[in-house]
Amino acid sequence: MTPPTAATAPKTSQPPELPPTDPRGHTADSPAPRGATPAPRRQDGKAAAFLLSPTLIVLALVIFYPLLSAVGQSLYSSDAGLDDQGFVVQGDVFVGLQNYAQIFAGPESARFYNALWNTTFFTVVSVALETVIGVMFALMMNRAFKGRAFLRAAVLVPWAIPTAVSGLLWRWMFQTDGIVNTLSGAQVLWTAEGMAAQVAVITAEVWKTAPFIGLLVLAGLQIIPEEVYEAAKLDGATAWQQFWSITLPLVKPALLVAVLFRLLDALRMFDLPFVLIGPRKESVETLSILAWDSANQLEYGMASAFAVVLVVYVAAIVYVFVRLLGADIFTSSDAATPRKRFRRAAADDAVVPPARQPGARTTTHEVKQP
Amino acid sequence: MTTQTLTLPRAPRSWKKLAQPVALILIGVYCLAPFYWMLVSSLRRTSDIFDTSLFPQTLSVESYAKVFSGSSDFARALVNSLIVATVTTTLALLLAIFAAYAISRLHFRFKNVILAVIIATSMFPGISVVVPLLRLFSDIGWINTYQAMIVPSLSFAIPLAVYNLTTFMKQLPFDLEEAAMIDGATKWQAFRKILLPLAAPGIFTTAILTFIHSWNEFIIALSMVNNPKFQTATVAISKFTGASEFQAPYGEQMAAGVIVTIPLVIVVLIFQRRIVEGLTSGATK
Repeated sequence: MTPPTAATAPKTSQPPELPPTDPRGHTADSPAPRGATPAPRRQDGKAAAFLLSPTLIVLALVIFYPLLSAVGQSLYSSDAGLDDQGFVVQGDVFVGLQNYAQIFAGPESARFYNALWNTTFFTVVSVALETVIGVMFALMMNRAFKGRAFLRAAVLVPWAIPTAVSGLLWRWMFQTDGIVNTLSGAQVLWTAEGMAAQVAVITAEVWKTAPFIGLLVLAGLQIIPEEVYEAAKLDGATAWQQFWSITLPLVKPALLVAVLFRLLDALRMFDLPFVLIGPRKESVETLSILAWDSANQLEYGMASAFAVVLVVYVAAIVYVFVRLLGADIFTSSDAATPRKRFRRAAADDAVVPPARQPGARTTTHEVKQP
Repeated sequence: MTTQTLTLPRAPRSWKKLAQPVALILIGVYCLAPFYWMLVSSLRRTSDIFDTSLFPQTLSVESYAKVFSGSSDFARALVNSLIVATVTTTLALLLAIFAAYAISRLHFRFKNVILAVIIATSMFPGISVVVPLLRLFSDIGWINTYQAMIVPSLSFAIPLAVYNLTTFMKQLPFDLEEAAMIDGATKWQAFRKILLPLAAPGIFTTAILTFIHSWNEFIIALSMVNNPKFQTATVAISKFTGASEFQAPYGEQMAAGVIVTIPLVIVVLIFQRRIVEGLTSGATK
């Protein structure tokens, strides 16, 4: 790995276009805003546009065009009907917002609300469980030294298994005469319908993704310098207090990013309920499955409307999450995040041992500040 | 890393010594037991597939033989998966290398906005891309083609690749390129001869991550293809059916699951350190 200080290198360096003798570099009063010098920026702009446009064009074609198209299609209905003159109308009929009205208040809106509830329920329960188990794993792995390589490999296995395969795997384990019922001595029909099916889906989801959260949190844990804990211990903090007022606040940025990515993933859950239980099963039908099923029945208008509603729902949840908790995924590392600043400070500490603080409390306090 | 060595002197009391192996076993069992069960089940004979012994009495590759013979053309599905995942990964990387270079090395306006837009595109649920494209692709006759799976897959592959590579390139020191350019190298030369070799490990890690994501993709492949000839492995597995509706061929399913997963597990074992770095680079930026 590159030393943490290397991350700062690109910023402090000269813009490459400037000849080293450029007088601007030598004016003593204004040494700082080198990156903001107008001349090289204009030149870079062309190169940047040239390099970025292929990516942006492709993304526009594979994401923004389909999204706009979904919004457009959601205003049409593919039901063939009769027009004013009594002719059979083939193909699409413009129906305005009727599809949305159907979704929210139509005769079949119960199916939508059920799918919305399932999506939300699966997301909240599984992400909560994943986070707790993931943090526990990370704390355990942070302590383990002998089996570290083994643990890292083991944790990656559930992550690497395709979700569809893990759906099959759990379907097999949740069989009526499968291993789960054998071990628990129960006779539950896990893969049929109802609460048991939901438990099965959540179990499989948590199994697959908790280790992933564990990995991300572990990465956050590893950059907390040990001195912080030493200081807290001198102060007589219990293990629980250390966890609650040092570990948790310091891994919070890493944890929030992990949870946000998991939220996004869980909200579009499709493969797992689809393979583990099946499509058109009331108790596990998510919004993604509902939209897919409509498209499969060639009701593209309704399917698009479902997809649009799901996008809006996801966007709303992300917005609330970022707003409430301040998860920071969009800021590029150019703006030094608290964590980065902290890591840099920690790296400096490693080189030059800091003078002993007057009291341990100050050290802990300082760390909490950024 | 320094923090690890610093933790060592924290000499534990005896129960803490015990806690370590317990944690090791706990996490190991949690992560590996289901996978082990899939492996064991795939090695049983069809007649004793419902055995619950931890190790099969008689090892048998019966299920594996069945996977590759018979109606389900699983070898073909594996090739399809390989084609789709490889092409998706290659295209995404080609675009992402240049985009990441621009974001990490050049100064221009709206840089953060562009990066944010690219990351934000990965937030859209797959279904919201699949539904409208399904309509489009049926109109232009793309259903049951490779490109019908590859093009939508780019929607998650590109943001993933750009994000990973940008994070990685930002960590690389700029000094060498700068020195080369002072010595008269053009930007293109500095990029090709200095940055690219330095970034090779990051590109490799990104390639692995993107490949695994494309290999595991399900909803696009399920929707865009209905001809078994073009099915990818993940979809083919989910469609394995037995002689009767009520007797699913579990042995075959487990064997196929093992076949699809084993290459990934091997890659994960070999490159675990890199993969973990790639996965976590975003979280600790």
